[in-house]
Amino acid sequence: MWKRDEAVKPSPQPATPAPVAQVQPVSAALPAQPDPRRMEKGMVNIGKSVVIKGELNGSEDLTVEGYVEGRIELKDHVLTIGPNGKIKAQVVAKSVIILGEVNGNITASEKVEIREGGSVDGDLIAPRVAIAEGAHFRGSVDMQRKGAQAGQPQKVTASPLVETTLAQPQAAAH
Amino acid sequence: MALSDLFTRRRKGDADSATGASDTPVHATKALPRFIACVSTRAHPVVLDLGPVVGGNIGFFGQQLGCKVIVQDVSIDIDRHAREGKLEALPAFLAQRFPHESGSIDGVLCWDVFDHMDTAAAKSLASQLARLLRTDGVLMALFATAEPQVGSRPTYTKHIVVDQTTLEYRPYAAVRPRQRPLPNRDIQRLFEPLRVVEQFLLKTNLREVLLRKPADPSGAAGAPPHA
Repeated sequence: MWKRDEAVKPSPQPATPAPVAQVQPVSAALPAQPDPRRMEKGMVNIGKSVVIKGELNGSEDLTVEGYVEGRIELKDHVLTIGPNGKIKAQVVAKSVIILGEVNGNITASEKVEIREGGSVDGDLIAPRVAIAEGAHFRGSVDMQRKGAQAGQPQKVTASPLVETTLAQPQAAAH
Repeated sequence: MALSDLFTRRRKGDADSATGASDTPVHATKALPRFIACVSTRAHPVVLDLGPVVGGNIGFFGQQLGCKVIVQDVSIDIDRHAREGKLEALPAFLAQRFPHESGSIDGVLCWDVFDHMDTAAAKSLASQLARLLRTDGVLMALFATAEPQVGSRPTYTKHIVVDQTTLEYRPYAAVRPRQRPLPNRDIQRLFEPLRVVEQFLLKTNLREVLLRKPADPSGAAGAPPHA
């Protein structure tokens, strides 16, 4: 695996480390040298054994398989919580894909996706939210629609309720 | 085949929809369009959903209607208490279950959750929902009108909104079976001071009930309906 990576990216001089998500402060230090097994262009993987407590900022896509507690901010990028990932944090990202466990509020400028087996306890704010069958969710969903004007009620086909003192149920003809 | 099966339609051709459903029975709903009409008169309404999370429903209420949707699956609480043999603690638990501010909810979707509760738990939940609803807020609930079949496996029902007038019923395993059906009068008393504004008796042995929180909870605006 090492040889293959070197063959693909030959470098006569020591390679400049690819940008790594800014992590501050952390309880478990990340490897000093970037691990080619865990890094591809534009994507960082936080492995199963990694525990991060604090604030995590970045400018590239990130996959979390470990444990993160605090705050994650990837404003223009995709955050993926892998099946082994556990997050106890406020999350701000462009898109968030959850296959693991999240305890905290999530704000996404594009989309939040909770896939089968994923679990979220917290509030979601995103224009698009997809929750798969078999996912767990407890909290609120606020889908701020770009086209909608605040304070403008929706048009609906049914007429508003007029209170009645109805005693007997109406038999629905279906 | 149950009699109610005769009155169901089948949903076709949407196996890849958000709900992942296909060829599952769908049923007309009379109360849902009224519920939607009522909550939609508010800007950015807040809807509390007591059923299990359904992606399609989140999209329907959140994206199409612009609601903020709060999902609090009460069936999980019922099952947990039933499994632990602590059903007597359920009313007290439900009394503390909703930390939301009083009068902060525009609509509550109870679905059929009350069918799985005894009177004490149902009363506790109903009083919490009455507290959460804003004035003129609406609550929609479904009640079975027939006794549960003896020997049948207990199930809850996922109610999936197909459109404003159609629901898909999808049963899934429950720990606690349905309880005795509530008569009309007990439903009205259960939710006081909310008032029943619409009831629809469906041929599927379900009663759809829509209740509203009156401006004057004491009922001075008019006598409550009686069965």
